[in-house]
Amino acid sequence: MKRFFATLMLLGSLGLSGVALSEGPTPAPALTAQPMEAAAVPAAPAEAAPAAAAEAAPAEVKPVPNKGDTTWMMVSTLLVILMIIPGVALFYGGLVRAKNMLSVLTQVMAIFCLISILWAVYGYSLAFGDGGSLNWAIGDLSKMFLAGITGDSTAATFTDGVVIPEFTFVAFQLTFAAITVALIVGGLAERVKFSALLVFAALWFTFSYLPIAHMVWATGGFLFEKGDLDFAGGTVVHINAGIAALVGAMVLGKRVGYGRDAMPPHSLPMTMVGASLLWVGWFGFNAGSNLEATGGAALAFINTILATAAAGLSWMFAEWLLRGKPSMLGVASGVIAGLVAITPAAGLVGPMGGIILGAVAGVVCLWGVSGLKKALGYDDSLDVFGIHGIGGIIGAIGTGIFVSPALGGVGVDGYSMGSQVVTQATGVLITILWSGVVSLVAFKLIDMTMGLRVSEEQEREGLDTASHGERAYNL
Amino acid sequence: MKFVTAIIKPFKLDEVREALSGLGVSGITVTEVKGFGRQKGHTELYRGAEYVVDFLPKVKIEIAIKAELLEQAIEAISKAAQTGKIGDGKIFVWDLEQVVRIRTGEAGEAAI
Repeated sequence: MKRFFATLMLLGSLGLSGVALSEGPTPAPALTAQPMEAAAVPAAPAEAAPAAAAEAAPAEVKPVPNKGDTTWMMVSTLLVILMIIPGVALFYGGLVRAKNMLSVLTQVMAIFCLISILWAVYGYSLAFGDGGSLNWAIGDLSKMFLAGITGDSTAATFTDGVVIPEFTFVAFQLTFAAITVALIVGGLAERVKFSALLVFAALWFTFSYLPIAHMVWATGGFLFEKGDLDFAGGTVVHINAGIAALVGAMVLGKRVGYGRDAMPPHSLPMTMVGASLLWVGWFGFNAGSNLEATGGAALAFINTILATAAAGLSWMFAEWLLRGKPSMLGVASGVIAGLVAITPAAGLVGPMGGIILGAVAGVVCLWGVSGLKKALGYDDSLDVFGIHGIGGIIGAIGTGIFVSPALGGVGVDGYSMGSQVVTQATGVLITILWSGVVSLVAFKLIDMTMGLRVSEEQEREGLDTASHGERAYNL
Repeated sequence: MKFVTAIIKPFKLDEVREALSGLGVSGITVTEVKGFGRQKGHTELYRGAEYVVDFLPKVKIEIAIKAELLEQAIEAISKAAQTGKIGDGKIFVWDLEQVVRIRTGEAGEAAI
């Protein structure tokens, strides 16, 4: 049974790419031998469809999406949307000063809207298409404007012959792109110019999110082919966004009065509500990444509870021990760190492996937002790097370790811990470099042309009134 | 006539109001204020950031009374607001020149 599950997972990580149909003439290699595969092809890009259909038509029955899988994926998509609006928005909003509350809420919601549209225009095609000679890094534009996708189109899952509606897959992946870009807001909060942020969001989405997502999840993608394991986006989402936020915080510079004036969070209850919505939504993120309502989703589900709880506790106890008091913000931050760390591992490690991974992430991320942050001296306003960047790296490396069947993981074909960890580290390194360079260039370009930061006067006034002409609280 | 300003711990407000009412003090003005004295502030820790909070929340009450009521009023406030711990507050006493009741135009002690 375990063996079967391992195979399922491997196929899954292959299928996640793009889920075969978007890949055109070359479906996921691991799947090609299966007879059912031919039937899945008609949903492929237009040019491939007629031939495949002609071939398949006589004998094969076209797979029909299972209603349970379809429902689960639509629910998962909704859950991830809940993570962004209002989850991330409130989590971040509570952490800024009252005068910047609306600016953060506006930024997160506007980014969600913007990325949704860009995803349909070219994002989906570039992330999950077949890029030909550039396929190691990026897809193509054959599905621009979602061309050729209809209600009958299907996307492959981890199991041969099991499909989900392609529109569902498009929507599910859309939410991942949107949350990744929205996460970056935290590193720039309280000082970034709104127009500059939107331009950055579009640039970074195009040149960093899409290639990294393609490299990790699409057939033919460089890291995908190397066997890099990223179940639900630890590398693609969290390290990617964490690095962008770090670079942004450094290019932008510190907030006026940073280190001198008190900048306490204006509403930790909001942050608690946001963190809780993130946790609940994360079940869609992690268990939804299984693409089917099966035991794999159940494993990701239980891991999303246990690793998170372990991280919340480990952060809390470490803080209690080192600083004297267990804080609400500490538990909430630990919870997010745990969610981040279990993301790449969710459907791959056993529950006990997940608990250890979470517990480690809670403590190391506490160091990330205190010791490391102080040592490096940057002003990452809401600790996107300290939690998502560091937590993502722990998760990515930890996945390579705890996927081991000896440690309760589901295993992968030809697994050896050493080589898997090296592969995972390669993925981390490539993402850090790629996202780092793209972010640096994009931030610098924007800074030199339109300006990245509001004036000092506007910053002191607060972005709510200065940038948006409204205030959060009229009490 | 005397004007008394007292800074007290917020949770002592009701006891002080009752004590003053018992003396026949017919009006109190209450303001939520912040400040520091010997109690100083405290530190708050948000992830890696530590902030020293210098100004603690207190309640300021203000009353206008006849001069002969002063000693009793001071005693009533002191007794009601005291916990014996640092940060109990202070009482300031001022000479009051004039009081006017706006509705009727009465002035002096009659207006208190």
